[in-house]
Amino acid sequence: MHEMGIVLHLAKTLDETAEENKLTKIGRVTLQVGEVSGIMTDLFTDAFDYFKKKHPMLTECKLELETIPGVTWCDNCHKTYETVKYGKTCPHCGSGETWLLQGNECIIKEIEAE
Amino acid sequence: MKIINVGASVTASNDKDAALLREEMRARGQLMINLMSSPGSGKTTLLSRLIRDLSEVKIAVMEADIESAVDAERIEALGAKAIQVHTDGMCHMDAGMTRAAVEALDDDAAQLIFLENVGNLICPAEYDTGAGLNMMILSVPEGDDKPLKYPLMFEQSDALVISKTDALPYFAFDLEKCAERARKLNPQIRVFPVSAKTGEGMEDLEAWLLERLAAY
Repeated sequence: MHEMGIVLHLAKTLDETAEENKLTKIGRVTLQVGEVSGIMTDLFTDAFDYFKKKHPMLTECKLELETIPGVTWCDNCHKTYETVKYGKTCPHCGSGETWLLQGNECIIKEIEAE
Repeated sequence: MKIINVGASVTASNDKDAALLREEMRARGQLMINLMSSPGSGKTTLLSRLIRDLSEVKIAVMEADIESAVDAERIEALGAKAIQVHTDGMCHMDAGMTRAAVEALDDDAAQLIFLENVGNLICPAEYDTGAGLNMMILSVPEGDDKPLKYPLMFEQSDALVISKTDALPYFAFDLEKCAERARKLNPQIRVFPVSAKTGEGMEDLEAWLLERLAAY
């Protein structure tokens, strides 16, 4: 139920955006999803398609997903690397003193609405 | 159709609700502690001990589980006010659910309110509940490598309680290494090794809680 929970949060944030902008119908929403955000995009899309039928403002809404690549910074050698490929250990110097720079986000980039 | 740049996190609405709830509770002088851990780490046992030891403080507990009321019954047997919250299959508590729970608890006299979140080291860390403090429990049998596997939980917690230290002789659990791994993720985290069974380490944890309550 992790993905469905995120869909509910998305719908709530969209409802508030619609109210602020006096919108009645959202036709498209574009999300930026980090590679290591823990969101399974297939499941997320299924959950969204199930939910939108029950939510009048989103009934015809198309969901577009863009990926934010996971990038990790190494404190030891001051280089960055691909998180998904190498995980916590820096491939340049073998250090474990590494920090995720990006890739755990889930951001509503834009919506198309009327 | 027009295009609107939103640029907000999916949970932006939740973050706003959480901040508001936190402010309201602070105004009432109520400190809510979001207690997170795996299932079976000893959350209810730790709370039972705290309720007995801190008898001068009015404590209330909100037990969030997917099903059943066994935890709330254990707490009520100790004389503290408790309610059971069912998440209906959801893996975490969010600010809206927490507000509904606080209203259902309906106890303005409670000074320290524990929200026992769903047993899960992943999703609860992603949602701000509106609590004033985040506290996590890691029990000795779970292993000292958990900060490596669930970093977000350790990053989001103000305190790490390492529970069941009475079981240390039976497990290859390195307290120092575990604390070091947690501090690497979160330099501010307070670490409290305790055994709710023998009482070892409870004093430090209780002193810290009282201090935070007084400062709130």
